[in-house]
Amino acid sequence: MSNATLKELSLKLATGACSSVELTHEYLNKINRLNNDLGCFITVDGERSLAQAQAADAQRSAGRAGPLTGIPLAHKDIFCTQGWLTTCGSRMLANFVAPYDAHVVERCSAAGMVTLGKTNMDEFAMGSSNETSYFGPVRNPWHRETVPGGSSGGSAAAVAARLAPAATGTDTGGSIRQPAALTGICGLKPTYGVVSRYGMIAFASSLDQAGPMARTAEDLGLLLNVMAGFDARDSTSLDRPTEDYLRDLPRSVAGLRIGLPQEFLAAGLAPDVQRAVDAAVAEYRKLGATVVDISLPNMGLSVPVYYVLAPAEASSNLSRFDGVRYGHRAAEYTDLLDMYKRTRAEGFGAEVKRRILIGTYVLSHGYYDAYYIRAQKLRRLIAQDFAAAFQKCDVIMGPTSPTTAFRLGEKSADPVQMYLSDIYTIAVNLAGLPGMSIPCGFDGGGLPVGLQIIGNYFDEARMLNVAHQYQLATDWHLKMPPGIE
Amino acid sequence: MALTLDDVRRVAHLARIAVDDAEAGAALGQLTRVFGLIEQMQAVDVSGIEPMAHAQDLVLRLRPDVVTEGDQRERFQAIAPEVDAGLYLVPKVIE
Repeated sequence: MSNATLKELSLKLATGACSSVELTHEYLNKINRLNNDLGCFITVDGERSLAQAQAADAQRSAGRAGPLTGIPLAHKDIFCTQGWLTTCGSRMLANFVAPYDAHVVERCSAAGMVTLGKTNMDEFAMGSSNETSYFGPVRNPWHRETVPGGSSGGSAAAVAARLAPAATGTDTGGSIRQPAALTGICGLKPTYGVVSRYGMIAFASSLDQAGPMARTAEDLGLLLNVMAGFDARDSTSLDRPTEDYLRDLPRSVAGLRIGLPQEFLAAGLAPDVQRAVDAAVAEYRKLGATVVDISLPNMGLSVPVYYVLAPAEASSNLSRFDGVRYGHRAAEYTDLLDMYKRTRAEGFGAEVKRRILIGTYVLSHGYYDAYYIRAQKLRRLIAQDFAAAFQKCDVIMGPTSPTTAFRLGEKSADPVQMYLSDIYTIAVNLAGLPGMSIPCGFDGGGLPVGLQIIGNYFDEARMLNVAHQYQLATDWHLKMPPGIE
Repeated sequence: MALTLDDVRRVAHLARIAVDDAEAGAALGQLTRVFGLIEQMQAVDVSGIEPMAHAQDLVLRLRPDVVTEGDQRERFQAIAPEVDAGLYLVPKVIE
């Protein structure tokens, strides 16, 4: 049963083939068996999950069930969940029990979904391998010596290993799409502003966006229908009419114009990844799509621009962790300043400190114009490149990540190497566009490859349609990691 | 521009992060690599381009000036490192 999609589970629950309590038990048992090896979850609380499942079953008996009532899912540990630990993968918040629910968590609970636990992640979502977590790395279910990607590495690996049918994630520079690609699942980062950031611990506020992670495009749509929506508590939440993201699934992709940016074939792209992506594009041609060559000339600058803007915003956002109101406080200190400094030195890991230092530097007196303002100007050029490209095509396709999953420790010594693994995803966040990754094949070593689909603003329904039609014609999304029954 | 050990210490102080000499040295090496990447930005002419602060050019929403949250002091202070009589305690700053 744990191999079922959200769609299938929804049907089983509706027909009474199983109850939410049974389903939740099954996933909890599986987590219990595999989590020690994989490290997907930071917190599991079976009693709480089962209580939620009982409530969902009662709701169904009372005739008040929605499509996802009683279905379990995992939340990335960046989302505040009342009564559960919310650590953000950091020692700073290792003891933090959130006093309220994030908007996303609230919406999932209101839909009757059951929280299976809180998933491991790179500390404060800063990382591309899940190795910066204070709670240890996550292992990729396809090959335990490789990383699952990051920062939503626990969510991705949990879905890939069938420890959860779906999970929430967040994406600031690729943190949903890159781990989805590296673990052979689907992940969608919506248009900036579609999903409320309320109760989602802030990293880089002008880039952070939450989204669904699941095994099929259809499941992403089911979950996005729940997660999306206006929330006055997030000043960047967009007040738009409610959409049904599943509405376009059956549409044919005949006539679809796919833009292929020449910049996506940069040096460093693994030949196996390129082969799989080329094959996916060939499949789309068979389905009637046409291919247009496009150019995103400033894309090469997206990594440098991101590593100014994201750390700048992070250095400001993370100044709230001072050992006064919540979280870690150093045991010994001489005065207030020393308390701040020791608390933050102890509470933050190396990568988080590095980014705070970068951010503080680029915002400091005398450097602001040369770095921060310049980066914001380049951000506009990058966004304009996409606007020009979407004059010629409906969606843009390319690899999600230049390589498949790399080995644990392989890139942790050199931050720049690690940063470059988000080279194809970052520009999408800078422009605020929606992007997704779906499985499209394997490399020679049996590791999954992700196809990235980028849409124009608010084109999530169209992107899900494009992904769904591919999944009707191919079966890459059905492949299971070895040893996962 | 070459980053120095003094820059690292100054920025760490501004960011309120204690660093010892070994940490400052290690940070210098890695930050130098990262700034090598960031310097690529300087190659582009950005004259006449408006900075983009945000994905959508939004106007900040305003709301009526009324209380929307009740008193949550006890809930919020239950997770604080040190409180007394509804106050957050910190080391003495005024003699």
